[in-house]
This record gives sequence, C-alpha cells and structure tokens, in this order.
Amino acid sequence: MSRIAFAAMTAVAAAVAFAFLLLPLVAIFLRVPVSELFDQLGNQVFQDALVVSIKTSVIAHVAVLLFGTPTAYLLARKRFFGRGALITLIELPLVLPPAVAGIALLAAFGRLGLLGDELNALGISIGFTQTAVVLAVAFVESPFYVRGAIAAFEGVDPDLIAAARTLGAGPWRVFGRVAVPLAAGGLGAASALALARGLGEFGATLIFAGSLQGVTQTLPLAIYAQLDENFDVALAISALFILVGAAILIGLKVFTWARLGSISRFRLVTSTSR
Amino acid sequence: MGKARLDLKVPTRDFDVEVALDVGAETVALVGPSGAGKTTVLRAIAGLAQPTSRLVAANGDVWFDSDRGIDRRPEERAVGYVFQEYALFPHLSVERNVAFAGGDPGDLLERLGIGELAKAKPPELSGGERQRVALARALARRPEILLLDEPMAALDPHTRGRVRVELRTLLQELGLPSILVTHDFVDAAALADRIAVLVGGRIVQTGTAEELIASPATPFVAELAGGNLLTGQARVRVDGLTEVVLDGGLTVVSTDEADGPVGVIVHPWDISIALAETGDSAQNHLRAPIESIVPVGNRRRVRVGPLTAEVTAASAERLHLKAGEIVVATFKATATRLTPLA
Repeated sequence: MSRIAFAAMTAVAAAVAFAFLLLPLVAIFLRVPVSELFDQLGNQVFQDALVVSIKTSVIAHVAVLLFGTPTAYLLARKRFFGRGALITLIELPLVLPPAVAGIALLAAFGRLGLLGDELNALGISIGFTQTAVVLAVAFVESPFYVRGAIAAFEGVDPDLIAAARTLGAGPWRVFGRVAVPLAAGGLGAASALALARGLGEFGATLIFAGSLQGVTQTLPLAIYAQLDENFDVALAISALFILVGAAILIGLKVFTWARLGSISRFRLVTSTSR
Repeated sequence: MGKARLDLKVPTRDFDVEVALDVGAETVALVGPSGAGKTTVLRAIAGLAQPTSRLVAANGDVWFDSDRGIDRRPEERAVGYVFQEYALFPHLSVERNVAFAGGDPGDLLERLGIGELAKAKPPELSGGERQRVALARALARRPEILLLDEPMAALDPHTRGRVRVELRTLLQELGLPSILVTHDFVDAAALADRIAVLVGGRIVQTGTAEELIASPATPFVAELAGGNLLTGQARVRVDGLTEVVLDGGLTVVSTDEADGPVGVIVHPWDISIALAETGDSAQNHLRAPIESIVPVGNRRRVRVGPLTAEVTAASAERLHLKAGEIVVATFKATATRLTPLA
C-alpha cells in the first residue's frame, strides 16, 4: 500500500515539475505559428542584435579559451600555497548576480572607474562600446570554462605526463601533444557550456555596455527592448535561443556518450589494480 | 658499455628513501613490499621525484648532484622508463607512441616483433603487446639506463612465462644498466642478474637470487626470497609425473605438469637434510657437499649444490652439519611447483 502511495507521489511530483518547466517553452511556439515566428527574423532589430551577439561572443570566447586553458592547466598540475583561494576567486563570478558583475566592470574600466584616467589618457573609452560587451561576456562565462577545464586536465593520468617528459618532451610539447589532446573531451564540453552562457549574458552587459541597437544590443538585450514594441520579435528570438540551447545540450550528451563508450572500452583492457 | 651510479636520499611522506647502488651492464631488481620506496627510486633517477641528496650519474653523465647544484629536468635525462601499466598514449597509434621520443620507429617495432601493430591504438592491444610497445618507446629515447616499474604486473598469468623469457633475452641483448622494480621474487630471480631487497626505504641486502636464499640477511629476506628457483627442460613421463632435466645436469621429479623450459620452485622448508640416503617416499634426492650454513633465527639455511634447505638449529646441531660434509638433500615431488619459462 505504502509502496503504491510512494510511486504515486513521485509520479505526481515529476509530472508537476515537467509541466512547470516545459509549459513556458511550449507556450513560445504555441503563441505564434512556427512559420510566422521565423518571418520575424527578417526584422532589422533582430539582425543587428544577431551580428553584435555573434561578433562579441566569438571574440570573448576566443579570449577565454586562450587565457583560460593555460590557467586551468597550471591550477590542475601545480600544488602551491593559495591554490584553493585562487580557484575560489575564479568561481566567484558564478555566484554573483550578473548586475553585480556589470557594476564591478564599470568600477574597474568605466570612465570614472579604477583604470578610467589611464584609459582616458590613452584615448580609450570602454564603457558602452562593443569592447564593453566583450569584457562583460568574457567575465561572466570564463568561470564556466576554467572550472570545467581544470577538471578535464586533472583527469589526465599523471603517468602519461611523466612518460612524455621522460621521452624528452619539454613543457610546450607535453601541453600540446599530450595534455590538451587527452583533456579534449572535457575542454570541449566546458567550452560549449561557457559559450552558451556567454550568448545568454544580459545583466552585466546592460549595466556595463548599455543596449544600443547595432552597437551593444545583443540578442538577450533585444528581447528586452522589443518586449513593448514588438512582442512577436521577442518571441522569435526566444524561440531561436531554445533551439540553439537544445542543440548544444544534445550535442554534448551525444559527444559525452560516444566518448564514455570509448573510454570504458579502454578501461576494460587496461584495468588492473595498482 | 654503460654504468650508472646512484647515491640517493629522497624524502617521502612516511620516511626517507636512501639507496646507494652501482649498476653495470646488468639488470638489478629492486624487490620489496609495496610502499618500500621502489618506484620512488626509479622516479628520482628519471627526475620525476626530488631527492635532497646526493648523486645520479649514468655513463659518466651527471644528472643530479646536490653538492654541485646539478638537477637536470626529466626531459634532459636519457632514461628509458617503462611505467607500471606502461602509460602508453591512448590517443596515438603504436608507431606514433614510439616516435614520440623522435627518430624512425620502424626498426624498433621490427626488433620487438610488433611491426604489424604500427597503426593500432594502445587500447586495442593485449598486455604482452603493450609491454613491447612500452619497451620500444623507452628504447627510442636511446637511454643510458633502463627503468622498468613492475613490467610483469599487468600481464595475464598464462602469458607471464613467455613474456618473462622475451624480456630476459631482450635485457641481456641490450647490455644497458637496467633497474627493474617488482614485488615478485620469482620475476626478479628470472629477469635480474642481481637483486636488491628494499624495505622501508633502505636496501637490506644485495646479491644473486641464490645468495639471498642461501644466506638471507634478515628473516624478512628469507621469507621474501621464498623458494629455490632451478631452471631446466621439462617433459611428462609415462607414469604421469614430470621430469625436469636441470641446466646443471641433475634431474628433478614434479607432480606439476609442464613441457619445455620451466623454472622449478621448491621452498627451503620443504627440503630435508640427511647424512645418508634413506628409503623414504620422496622422489628427489641430491647428494652433494654442504657449501654454507647460515643462521636465520632459530633455523639454519644449508646450501647443498644448487639447493638451499632450511632445518632447525637443533637438527643441524644433532647431525653435526658443517661446510664440506657430504649430505643428502631430499624433497617430495609434491613440494615442487613448475612455472613455464617460455
């Protein structure tokens, strides 16, 4: 009896949870027919925002990969005093409200900020430019990448790194030929999650870069801007995000599944107790 | 050929590993319980562990010298390191694994009989094949010293015998100073010219397998050294027993079944000593002079020909055993174990 009651309870809880999570997503596609929805994508506001989003996301993401990958490698490989504190620092943006990130960026790089005078002297003004969008996106997405990349590098068997060194490989070759290829799966997953987070960035960008159409107005900002003017455009952009997000998630799952398959095959052959 | 010198003190979490060893063109086995510091010695030679003192030199090339402040990086030491479980790069083909150290892998792959595996990836290989790839890769480094960490541990029991013979042959052909780490005394006796017993970070005794069995420095060495290992050719007789003609010419009878080259293992405490041959049920009798008598606790290790027997101190006393005296060593066919060597 209590067994049946428990099964009923979990079934009801799951049904409520799924309904709650799915209903808003489905509503977007039900509100306007799909064909009409994508007609809205000819809208100039959408096209400007798409260009700004792609440009700033790509630049920010490349920067995050270039600086984040060596940083993660260092933190994964070396044990030193203050390592835990550094990792916590990198993770801090994860728990901050994006608005706080925006204020923090203004305080550092804004016209009246910490580096404002120095940047002014060089004739550089960052606030409310595309550079500001790139900084905001990079700031918010980097912890997603670095955290995942540390885990990926920590997953590489230290004996393989040691073997590469005894075979005469210096640090560049160990990094490029052994560590990165072996961590590639984890690095790719972390990269995809960070990219998705960067594309969706809203609060920090709005505060630090504003929402100028064609300059700093990214897709999420365009949704907000079109809310009153043309709700159908807001709906269309949202629908696009849902499809892109779903594609990234499915891609990750398929990739992880394929990779786990090959790893477990490897484990089966090599496993012996140490 | 080459010669390596080590005089090392390496701090570990539990104790300092302190080892001084000269290795000529020979294979030295470091044998001991797990946690004795065996792998630490190899890692310190390769530069992967940090000694506090004093010297690592190979072929006159100084890799580490605390007095002179020399400490070469692992990539600057010509060391061939065969890692435990081989540490092959899983994402690279066999030939690219071997080519990682530079040079053309073709000759080495042929020499080790794995030419046809060149395009295969390590996860697809058997344990024995992976060991050969690891050896080829280590040799591609043109090493001054060869380090092997538990090279037999990742192998199936039924391939061990064959791989052991291949590895012994290869080590003899190479003539490189080689240090082999193992917890298995039979592997050490079969593969190495000398055995160093490492306990708690210190070498307690160095010698040939026969020396360690005949005169163990401590009861621990006596226990570790375990059985006599005699090599010979086995063939099954019509009565179902196996007859092994030893390399020295003697014949041993065993209840284990085997054919071809084998090692005969018989424990010292399964061998009894008598002054004259008696009519007993034992199949194996060896008449020879006593070479040495070594006390181990309340027992005596008595070396007779190729065998070491263990008798109580009281028995040795009662029989007035002394070196030079001719005695008969006796053991039963059931007390022998045969391990294939091919």
